[in-house]
Amino acid sequence: MSSIRCRQLCKTFKQGDEIITGLDHIDLDIDEGEFVCLSGPSGSGKTTLLNAIGGLDTPDSGEIHMGNIRVDQLERGPLADMRLRHIGFVFQAYNLIPVLTAQENVEFVMEVQGLAAAERAQKARAILEEVGLEGMEDRRPAQLSGGQQQRVAVARAIVSHPDLVLADEPTANLDSVSAGHLMGLFQELNQHHRITFVISTHDKRVMRYAKRLIKMQDGKIIGDEAQES
Amino acid sequence: MARFSLHFKTILTLSWRNLWRNRRRTAIMLGAISVGVWAMIFMTALMRGMVDDMLNQGIRNLPGHIQIQHPEFLDDPNVVNSIDEAHGDLLAALKDDGGRVWANRIRVPAVIASERESRGVNLVGIEPLSETHITGLPGQIAAGRFLESNDDKGLVIGAKLAERLETRLGKRVVVMSQDPDNNIAERGFRVVGIYRAELAAQEEFNVYAARETLQKLLKIEGRVSQIVLVDDDYRDVEALYQRIAQAAPEGVEVKPWYEIDTYLAVMFNMMDGFVLVWVVIIFLALSFGLVNTLVMAVFERIREIGLIQALGMRPSLIVYQILLESLLLLLIGLFIGNLLALITIKPLEDGLDVSIVAEGMAMMGAGSVIYPSLTLYDVVLANVVVVLLGILTSILPAWRASQLDPVRALNTH
Ligand SMILES: Nc1ncnc2c1ncn2[C@@H]1O[C@H](COP(=O)(O)OP(=O)(O)OP(=O)(O)O)[C@@H](O)[C@H]1O
Ligand SMILES: [Mg+2]
Repeated sequence: MSSIRCRQLCKTFKQGDEIITGLDHIDLDIDEGEFVCLSGPSGSGKTTLLNAIGGLDTPDSGEIHMGNIRVDQLERGPLADMRLRHIGFVFQAYNLIPVLTAQENVEFVMEVQGLAAAERAQKARAILEEVGLEGMEDRRPAQLSGGQQQRVAVARAIVSHPDLVLADEPTANLDSVSAGHLMGLFQELNQHHRITFVISTHDKRVMRYAKRLIKMQDGKIIGDEAQES
Repeated sequence: MARFSLHFKTILTLSWRNLWRNRRRTAIMLGAISVGVWAMIFMTALMRGMVDDMLNQGIRNLPGHIQIQHPEFLDDPNVVNSIDEAHGDLLAALKDDGGRVWANRIRVPAVIASERESRGVNLVGIEPLSETHITGLPGQIAAGRFLESNDDKGLVIGAKLAERLETRLGKRVVVMSQDPDNNIAERGFRVVGIYRAELAAQEEFNVYAARETLQKLLKIEGRVSQIVLVDDDYRDVEALYQRIAQAAPEGVEVKPWYEIDTYLAVMFNMMDGFVLVWVVIIFLALSFGLVNTLVMAVFERIREIGLIQALGMRPSLIVYQILLESLLLLLIGLFIGNLLALITIKPLEDGLDVSIVAEGMAMMGAGSVIYPSLTLYDVVLANVVVVLLGILTSILPAWRASQLDPVRALNTH
């Protein structure tokens, strides 16, 4: 399911009269169980690429395959289902539903997936403890710090063991201890559950965990190398 | 739908909490819905009460819910257009349950004369014991007494007529009419009672004597002008009408009130339409607020809707969620509105005195006291209209929210 193949992906944005390049003929293969970091300057197209892979945004041209599925050709409904069942998202900016508590936010995806209440609650609590939010289950996002919110989002993304986790700057709001802890958690999930990780980051500490580091600039891939961890 | 029920709890939680996010806006909208629903039900009950009163008065003037008579009688109330007193099958049908009231009646044109004046009148021969239920006349006696038996020798006239004739209680008057052979039939009566009616015209024209006394006077023993029936509820006489029509002898006409007085029938039939129009008009006023509320609610949480979509909630579930939010708002508003209507109508059950505007009311044939009439039908109608149309008007904003592009929605600030 989770091997990803992108061919000649292009995406442009219009801003007034200006045409901005988001992705410029991207070719990319990511195998199941890889741990990939996307790096590159701001505006280089990392978020745009993650959104395209995750089926949030359709490319102007090119193909995205996930397993046997042509992600770029799915209708809205099946696309939503694919995201629900197979992908965990951590977004760059806005991650949590304000009217739900930390635990309810984590449970939300499982609830829509149709998991039983007891199982949901147990899993949500375990994962919140794992990301260091024990005792904060009943707080609403507004009562959590930026870093804590980020961790709730991470917990939600990984709680139901998706095939693929797409994380956009997951450590942006974290101190180095929490960031290290989080990356350790990602690494463990990657190694023991063969969950594929694609993480965009500016953070050198994060890149160290990557087995493969992709550098982007102006919507192009300018570097792609394997790393010893 | 299966998906919907599966996620119902999630959606309900989201809807309920979102509803109370902007308490001020929700409270204002709830106030508007409550007052709107209250106005729908309360005003409808008043309207119904008023029309009910008009119809009851109108039917009392006919009188009766169903009339049995000679086919020519209504056009020409001549003594020759009479029928046999109830007998045989008809009598059996009339008697077949105890609840209703019926009576033989006589009605002929006549001249009444005192020693000073004379006037043309409607001479009505009645069976005094059933009259309370037919015209309510016994309750309108202002002086003297009402007739006491079918062969009472007295006469009851209106106060207005007494004034015109310059006569009064206890005086004798002469009543003159024709028998079927066109001979003059006349007889002296003592005025034993004076009545006052809501309508002055009645007081002046209707003169009441006992049925048998008139039969003798007119030489029509065993025959009457009409047989009239009053059932429990004028709204529901169709079945009885069919049964009586079946049992009536040939050459006799049976008519329900709505065929005798088409004006009353039109008023009756238009009521439901009026109520619907009224309810819909109020709803239209409400719908602007409702749509505005939803559009604002969606606008305020574009990012969240983008997030929910991005996480994999199908667009259809987003539509359901927003519709459910709207439904919750409507249901709470309905609850308060119904409650308000109930507690404001309850104290008015003994009548709302509108004598300040009584003259206008009398012109329309209604009394000066309105008895609000709260019917289940109207309450259900108001509630159903609000829920159905409310959901309908919510569909567009909900659908538009579901069509938001998740990435763009997520990046809205
Ligand atoms: N919806 C949009 N409308 C217009 N331009 C956009 C839009 N989304 C992205 N862009 C532009 O596309 C380019 C790539 O953006 P993208 O967000 O993918 O960069 P990024 O690498 O994630 O940057 P950052 O590190 O700041 O998150 C940028 O120039 C950005 O301004
Ligand atoms: Mg980005």
